[in-house]
Amino acid sequence: MSDIGADKGFPRVPGSEPYRGEVDQPTGTATTGHEWDGIKELNTPMPRWWLWVFYATHVFALAYIILYPSIPLLRDATTGLLGWNSRLEVAQELTAAETARAELYNQIRELPVEEIAKSDELREVAFRGGYSAFKVNCVQCHGADAAGSPGFANLQDDDWLWGGTLADIQYTIEHGVRFAGNEDTRYSEMPAFGRDGILERPDIRAVTRHVLSLSNSGPADPQGAEVYAANCSSCHGDAGEGNRELGAPRLNDAIWLYSSAPADIERQIYSPRHGAMPAWNQRLDPATIKQLTVYVHELGGGEASPEDAPSQ
Amino acid sequence: MELIRPGILFALAFAFAVASALAHDAQFAVHMALFAAVGLGLAIWTIQTSDPTGRPMPAGLDDGLYMDGPIRFGVIATVFWGVVGFLVGVVIAAQLAFPDLNVAPVLNFSRLRPLHTSAVIFAFGGNALIATSFYIVQRTTAARLFGGGLSWFVFWGYQLFIVLAATGYLMGVTQSKEYAEPEWYIDIWLTIVWVAYLVVFLGTIVKRKEPHIYVANWFFLAFIVTIAMLHVVNNLAVPVSFLGSKSYPIFSGVQDALVQWWYGHNAVGFFLTAGFLGMMYYFIPKQVERPVYSYRLSIVHFWSLIFMYIWAGPHHLHYTALPDWAQTLGMVFSVMLWMPSWGGMINGLMTLSGAWDKLRTDPVLRMLVIAVAFYGMATFEGPMMSIKAVNSLSHYTDWTIGHVHSGALGWNGMITFGAIYYLVPRLWHTNGLYSLRLVNWHFWLATIGIVLYAASMWVAGITQGLMWREYNAEGYLVYSFVETVAAMFPFYVIRVAGGLLYLIGGLLMAYNVWRTIRGEKPQALAVGTVQRGGLQAAE
Repeated sequence: MSDIGADKGFPRVPGSEPYRGEVDQPTGTATTGHEWDGIKELNTPMPRWWLWVFYATHVFALAYIILYPSIPLLRDATTGLLGWNSRLEVAQELTAAETARAELYNQIRELPVEEIAKSDELREVAFRGGYSAFKVNCVQCHGADAAGSPGFANLQDDDWLWGGTLADIQYTIEHGVRFAGNEDTRYSEMPAFGRDGILERPDIRAVTRHVLSLSNSGPADPQGAEVYAANCSSCHGDAGEGNRELGAPRLNDAIWLYSSAPADIERQIYSPRHGAMPAWNQRLDPATIKQLTVYVHELGGGEASPEDAPSQ
Repeated sequence: MELIRPGILFALAFAFAVASALAHDAQFAVHMALFAAVGLGLAIWTIQTSDPTGRPMPAGLDDGLYMDGPIRFGVIATVFWGVVGFLVGVVIAAQLAFPDLNVAPVLNFSRLRPLHTSAVIFAFGGNALIATSFYIVQRTTAARLFGGGLSWFVFWGYQLFIVLAATGYLMGVTQSKEYAEPEWYIDIWLTIVWVAYLVVFLGTIVKRKEPHIYVANWFFLAFIVTIAMLHVVNNLAVPVSFLGSKSYPIFSGVQDALVQWWYGHNAVGFFLTAGFLGMMYYFIPKQVERPVYSYRLSIVHFWSLIFMYIWAGPHHLHYTALPDWAQTLGMVFSVMLWMPSWGGMINGLMTLSGAWDKLRTDPVLRMLVIAVAFYGMATFEGPMMSIKAVNSLSHYTDWTIGHVHSGALGWNGMITFGAIYYLVPRLWHTNGLYSLRLVNWHFWLATIGIVLYAASMWVAGITQGLMWREYNAEGYLVYSFVETVAAMFPFYVIRVAGGLLYLIGGLLMAYNVWRTIRGEKPQALAVGTVQRGGLQAAE
């Protein structure tokens, strides 16, 4: 630091005395003359580029404020010269998307789902739409891969609780299963054989063994077979083939909704759990339900409609 | 006379014990019991150490011009809470990558996340700010801290706030406001402590012996005053009962959201920016032994920074129910904030003019300078992300998390580490640090950790944003949310690695600080002696 007078670093005010204070040697800039705990300050002017960019951001801000909604008034706010607002933008984007897909989408909305499935183009479109709707609405229970989880049906296989034709699937999606808010919902309820005192524990254990034997998952049990014939076969069928009218699961295919463990099966007979599924016709539009129907049907286990498959 | 203080403390302890006994929920009972225990402990301590002659106690080591006792404790608390905060950060980063690491309910992500953010922002950052502001304000005013023992109350009261907040999170006490999770009674306690902090700081400035107020103190004062205002307004709430922990905010809906982000953004602006700029303005000129680059720049960027920051909060609510006009103003003020923020960076970096060579030899200076570099990067990224077109991609993604951490780890962390390395030898009167090699290791571990963190979160965030808005030809979403989560896995693992490096750096610092304090060549007394000196004099 030196004491020689210098005018570096000061915008000179006309007529004022040149600065006579200290000058910092390495930079040649004057200091302000303040000092705190050995810290001094240079009187460097603000960098020009810094100042100009600072001004430029103000110009940008001003232009933006004029063009877009910005100044709050008593009841509403200025709308801006562009007339833009976020609700309008969303509405326009939605309209544009709907217009773009209107032709095929309208066909999907008008045609019955069997007709959609017959047209290669419509089936493709419906599959992609169903795939998207499934990811939003169905994965929470049925899983991202539609393989289900304990208590929630696997949709990739051909084991159907309520039927696997397009019409069956559509009905299930529309009205749900055991859904209190829908009068036409798929409904059935297995009696609580243990909890309600219909069967004694030994009988329940025996019939558990018999149920396992139906899919060759365990040895035969004559006592269980007797109990089964008297209490279970009316819904699940004599050989455990199930009944889709009642949503009674097939028991002879070694595919289990909850679990294959004997203790779990016994518990289900003693005091059954009853899964539920929402009636989606209260949330989704018919076209989306048809797309979901096609998607689930195409996953692998879809069955042919009766009139299309005379051989069955 | 000497029985009044313990008497009041006993009465308070009794009142808290009653509140604990009558509490409506277990969490409130625990916290009131904690208050009661602290009050009881203080009352007994006051009686044991009171001087029957009524003379004020000599202050031991602090008997010089400056009162450094609370600052020494503050430095240790900063290091301790820093390591705790980094550790919890690594844990929750690992929980995001491997959800099985959640241990319900106490060690769930949902409870550990506010523990992490509060530990690093308020415990680590807050202790650093209180300690350095007490150190700097005394040196730059040539005056002793105002208020006698009040600065001790600020330190210990603030630790009690931290413990209340942290234990509350783990027990499930939260009002679910980001960075303002503590419930009403903890907020009231923090308000009392914060007002005491303001009194100490402002009182010291008022009785200064220097004619001018140094720029660092402008920033500290702006930080203390604004945080007080933000804290009080955002936490206005009605307790369900004065004997229970639960309360409801007086704002609701979009008004509540706006107040919350007015608070949240200015917690960044005034806690993590203005306060830490105060640190920067002292430690960089001191460490590099050069004058501050531009006085005029410091004036203009200070006033423009504090004027503009306060309006920028709505950019956290782009494309929400917040009215368009408020979103517009939030955005343009954020854009205008770019240069005011960079004014601090320019003043920090250019203060090295004429002494750039010191970067080669001084790892502490290197730490301070890279902090300013990360500050510059984060304060460019922030205004850019506030632009609505950019925000529509970045909002709700991990890009935001990466942005926050390049600021928090890079700027706040590094400048604090530099300040700690500067302060410890001076506060404990040792011949320099125990090991500069360890400082160098800390520097590289932390820098590489930040790069891993920020880079992985940029990629993760942009990937997420693009996947969320990916539509197919028919206008249907291509990905489900869970698929976008699954795509994050590799980046989340990289983030854990980055955080781990940063944590290891923090542990090296703790070791280095500990060895420095207990070093072979200490010139004066160590930390515990401060209190013992006081006690002996009282006997």
